Amino acid sequence: MLQVDRLFKRYGERVAVNAISFKVAQGETVGLLGPNGAGKTTAIAMISGISRPDGGEVRLGGVSLAQDTNALKRRVGLVPQDLALYEELTAWANLQLFGGLYGLGAAELQHRAKAALALVGLTERGADRVKTFSGGMKRRLNIAGALLHDPDLILLDEPTVGIDPQSRNAIFENLEELKSRGKTLLYTTHYMEEAERLCDRVLILDHGQILANETVAHFKQHYTNLEAAFMQLTGRALRDTAES
Amino acid sequence: MNTVAIRALIRNDLRLYFTDRRAVLVGVLVPILIAAFFGRIFGGGDQGGDQGKIPIAVVDEDQSSVSRAISADLASDPLLQVSRLGRLAAREQVKSGKQNAAAVFPKGFGAQTTKSLFTGANKPQVELLVDPSQSTGARVIQGLLAQYSMQEISKEAFSGAYGRKAIDSYLQQLDALEQTPLRADLRALLSAARRLNVQADSDAAPAGNSGASAQRTQERQFGLSIPYTVASTPVTARDSTPYNSYAHSFAGMAVQFTLFAGIDAGVLLLLTRQRGIWQRLRSAPLSRSDFMLARALATTLISLFQISTIYLAAMLVFKVRIEGSWGGFIAVGISFCLLNAAFGLMLATLGRSAPTMRGFAMMATLLLVMVGGAWVPAFIFPSWMQNASRYLPTRWAVDGLDGATWRGLPFSAAVLPTLVLVGSAAICLLVAIWRFRWEE
Repeated sequence: MLQVDRLFKRYGERVAVNAISFKVAQGETVGLLGPNGAGKTTAIAMISGISRPDGGEVRLGGVSLAQDTNALKRRVGLVPQDLALYEELTAWANLQLFGGLYGLGAAELQHRAKAALALVGLTERGADRVKTFSGGMKRRLNIAGALLHDPDLILLDEPTVGIDPQSRNAIFENLEELKSRGKTLLYTTHYMEEAERLCDRVLILDHGQILANETVAHFKQHYTNLEAAFMQLTGRALRDTAES
Repeated sequence: MNTVAIRALIRNDLRLYFTDRRAVLVGVLVPILIAAFFGRIFGGGDQGGDQGKIPIAVVDEDQSSVSRAISADLASDPLLQVSRLGRLAAREQVKSGKQNAAAVFPKGFGAQTTKSLFTGANKPQVELLVDPSQSTGARVIQGLLAQYSMQEISKEAFSGAYGRKAIDSYLQQLDALEQTPLRADLRALLSAARRLNVQADSDAAPAGNSGASAQRTQERQFGLSIPYTVASTPVTARDSTPYNSYAHSFAGMAVQFTLFAGIDAGVLLLLTRQRGIWQRLRSAPLSRSDFMLARALATTLISLFQISTIYLAAMLVFKVRIEGSWGGFIAVGISFCLLNAAFGLMLATLGRSAPTMRGFAMMATLLLVMVGGAWVPAFIFPSWMQNASRYLPTRWAVDGLDGATWRGLPFSAAVLPTLVLVGSAAICLLVAIWRFRWEE
């Protein structure tokens, strides 16, 4: 499904992503774990077509992103780490914009938006302005915005950051639902228990390089649990660098 | 071109604009209120209103027939609002801005002026105390003072009491001097004036009929006066159409506040770049040109809404009319809205942070509209500024709208302003395209 080959990105002197390679199979859920500044968001930006790589290649279904960016973008749904919503507008108006960006006609958009709102449990709040939503509701709507065009691959950049456990659990249920529908998920997070619960496989990234690429079962077998593996591989030093 | 995405972006921008109803109301209501204010102080919608008299103080320390006559002439002039004051009070009122100027006639003014009219020597000095911030008013006062002074002084010199004494005295002086051809001519002139006065006195019969006597008195007073009268005709769209100063003030405020909408569009774009929504837009199958086109069209539509609403109020409430070409009005309006959209895009590409960009853009816009004659007509500027304003698109926008409204000009007069505005829009757009960062 997704093939990342020697992907490289540099910001000035700093190498953000250093020739990483990995594959994600159709229907697989892969966690991308790493401390702050490890290169997770940069990697997601290049895979989603937001950022142009300085080297390497992203292929989706065998087609290079560089060859036909727009066609591949239609097969990818991005859930950015920052809320990608117009708070002044209603949930419905936000979804109308996001669907429109992917060329959805009015009737199809209505159908897809209803389904997306239903999936994230916001059917009743569609006509309300986003600024009246709780943090968890905004995060769920942020996910719904990436699903309207029915993408094959969904990229989620820390989709549960800064929300309460109830909301996080609700989002988890949404993602499990997507997984059960056969969607391919690539997921960055700081929360180890999330990755353990959701992911089939986990990539641990640090200093722009992949340190491990194993199944959750493998990590549990060799390191007690995922958190122990993460700490052992990335070290205990504080990472205060903001990721570009 | 992804037309569905472009439509979605335009619809979204319009939604964002109209969602903030308070901002929409302010964006339309404030320019209407300011235009109403400026329109009112520049004369309002008809000629019958108070056109604004120039306040002036007269200090008559002479109290002669000449100074009294000049004061009376000034007081009866429709351009002036005359107060008779003492010197100190007059100076204080000029200083405090209550009077634009004060004319001080010194003691002996009447006697001296009638003598110096013939000799050119010992001219008395009229002191004019002026408010330096009201230089235009001061120049008007100087002109009127010269006109009325020549009128009254020459009248006094040829037929008044001071003048008769002055003629007698000057003739005696001439008799004592050696005769030259020039002095002989001058003597003949003064002698003729004396004979005329004697003749006038004998013609002035005792008052049997007070009306006839007054007429004779009037006739025997002769002096210099302006040998023509002036009929002032406002040159507007049609002879029967009075000048409506609201037309200019609405043009100015429509231009200014539409530019503010352009700034807001730029700020919105900068803020979008700094939010997660930018990643959503960038991850969509949307090209840079689709995105820029959508933003430009959305801002153009918002600007058109704003300018149309402002002019609708101008037409309904303030009787502003398109006296010239509707086609010209629409061409100038649309080309200005296009310029505004390109201006907003350019600002967004030049600015790094929204607050900094807004600050600089506001300053630049206020300069553009002030120098472009949007606040007050450009003719009151110094000539260098009037020339400089011809290089500003705001001046062309205001002139184009003025031309289509109160000046009543045909479509051909709107062609050049339209071309200048479209050309300026193209320049802004080129800068925007050059500077716009789509890739991260």
